[in-house]
Amino acid sequence: MLKYVIKRILMIIPVVLAVSFIVFFIMDFVPSDPAVTALGDGATEEQLEYYRETHGLNDPLVVRYVRYMGGILHGDMGTSYANNQQVWDLFFAKFPNTLRLAVASVVVTVVLSIPLGVIAAVKENTWVDTVCSTLSFIGLAMPNFWLGLLLIMLFAVNLGLLPSTGADGFASLILPAITCGTGNMAALTRITRSSMLDVLKQDYLRTARAKGQSESKIITHHAFKNAQIPVVTQIGIQMSTLIGGAVLTERVFAWPGVGAFLVDSIQKSDFEVVTGFVIMLAIFVSIVLLIVDVLYAFMDPRIKAQYARS
Amino acid sequence: MKLNGKNGKSDTNLEQIREKTDLAVSVENLVVHYETSSETVEAVNSISFSLKKKRTLGLVGETGAGKTTAMLALMNMVPNPPGRIIEGEIRVNGLDMRKLTPAQLQHVRGSEIAMIFQDPMTSLNPVLTIGEQIGESILLHRNISKAEALKETQKLLERVGIDPERYGEYPHQFSGGMRQRVGIAIALACNPSVLIADEPTSALDVTIQAQILQMMRKLKEENDTSMILITHDLGVVAEMCDDVAVMYAGHIVEYGTLEEVFNKTKHPYTEGLFNSLPNINNRVEKLQPIQGLMPDPANLPKGCAFAERCPYASEACRENPPETHSFSDTHLAACTAYQDPDFRIGRNK
Repeated sequence: MLKYVIKRILMIIPVVLAVSFIVFFIMDFVPSDPAVTALGDGATEEQLEYYRETHGLNDPLVVRYVRYMGGILHGDMGTSYANNQQVWDLFFAKFPNTLRLAVASVVVTVVLSIPLGVIAAVKENTWVDTVCSTLSFIGLAMPNFWLGLLLIMLFAVNLGLLPSTGADGFASLILPAITCGTGNMAALTRITRSSMLDVLKQDYLRTARAKGQSESKIITHHAFKNAQIPVVTQIGIQMSTLIGGAVLTERVFAWPGVGAFLVDSIQKSDFEVVTGFVIMLAIFVSIVLLIVDVLYAFMDPRIKAQYARS
Repeated sequence: MKLNGKNGKSDTNLEQIREKTDLAVSVENLVVHYETSSETVEAVNSISFSLKKKRTLGLVGETGAGKTTAMLALMNMVPNPPGRIIEGEIRVNGLDMRKLTPAQLQHVRGSEIAMIFQDPMTSLNPVLTIGEQIGESILLHRNISKAEALKETQKLLERVGIDPERYGEYPHQFSGGMRQRVGIAIALACNPSVLIADEPTSALDVTIQAQILQMMRKLKEENDTSMILITHDLGVVAEMCDDVAVMYAGHIVEYGTLEEVFNKTKHPYTEGLFNSLPNINNRVEKLQPIQGLMPDPANLPKGCAFAERCPYASEACRENPPETHSFSDTHLAACTAYQDPDFRIGRNK
């Protein structure tokens, strides 16, 4: 088992190398000159050339790539062209906010979707099923920014209960998490429902019923335990997407996260930031997927046995 | 009757509504249908039978005859929807299973009546250890601590021939035969007085079959259990059963003691079953299967369901449902041909 985890951690390395090279390669094609971004339109050709020479921008692509990756190992991802701050510092100033919002959103999604999906499956093809599925779609049907604005109007402006913007403490997390979390409900409810429907047909539930076990325990203890894997996979996928930043939600609530900042940097052609951020995000998404893989082993002993063999 | 269950209240309730009887199981005119929007499958059509205490009843018939459905009905466990018990009276140890509340049913299931299922590869929960699955039964019906339940579980494992130290292992770590032993341990966990075994050996290798049957018989005798054994293997019936009910298309077509059904066979279908057995003394002889197929239970004929395949069938058989004739106090056959007092079937094996 430990061997498997170590193997999976090592497998992150080639993924990160590939992602970083692709990002680096694409950024090289972008028709924009970092020297112009840094020095402004008024700079002379000599000043620009001097900037390029001193920052190593004239070296071949591969040389620059190797130098860049060497820097990352020391926590150096270059400086932002736009404001001269260290990209590393910028990332780790923004990322905790993104992570907090992502975790809170996933909690909202999970708490709402799993009961809805389980109930929909147990009451398959009845009006209860329809109600649960419809509820789960509400979040998807309402655009994020619109729901966010409605929530701000109600809870921040009219009731004055919660802050409308910023990231100060738990209270400011509530509205963005609801906005973001409800958008993912439909997918997770569907997956939970279909996974439970598969399990509810299984013979071992009949065995549990024949023992005299109650229906509610059969569903929570026997059935759901077997339906978890697709559900956790979906949660992992949603977590990965959220780590990349929930741009619209961040914009509406002025949430200081990675996503909105990354979009700004692209608009400003601040490619040192874009490259650094995308590489770091690739690393964190890989970590999330690794955690999901390891969780499988705790949910299904057959997978654990497989991991132990591999 | 044990009075040490967790649901102390429903226990006393059960004693109030329990009828005094010598029968472990009695079923009267049981009808079970599976109803979907497009069709109604008549799985069990008005069957009646009873099981005396400590005896074993063999329920014989081909796949789709309604054997399993009838037994699920006995525990009031027909999957609904689409299944529904239309009518009939089902009594287990004098309790009217159709009138019990869900809580009372949960109390009776597992402690008074338990079931061993056909396929041990699918009837155990893959993500729970076998110890948890056996112990669950014990904890549900007996008021004991987890540590005591574990001890009981280990004792049970020993009784069914599994190393008690393996209680923490998962089903996938066991072979089919071993898993069926776990299934038996689950069913026997609370010493039920009635045990239903649904083809307990048909998914197993022949060599394992004999071991499992032998063990079941031993455990049954130790615990004074009454048993209903579903099978399509006449050899197993001869080995294990006191009484036999032969089912065809949702009806019991012949019912009697082992001796009566095997040696004084009356129903043409039972005859067909015996005739289709391979002859061990004459290995070159061709098999003689019953011609044709069982009718679709969603579309049963108005007359005798076996008429299309029956060598003795007359026009009357196709027109009217078969009459039941009794040949002794215990021996019944549902066959119109016995209107003619001289009618004899011609069993050749």
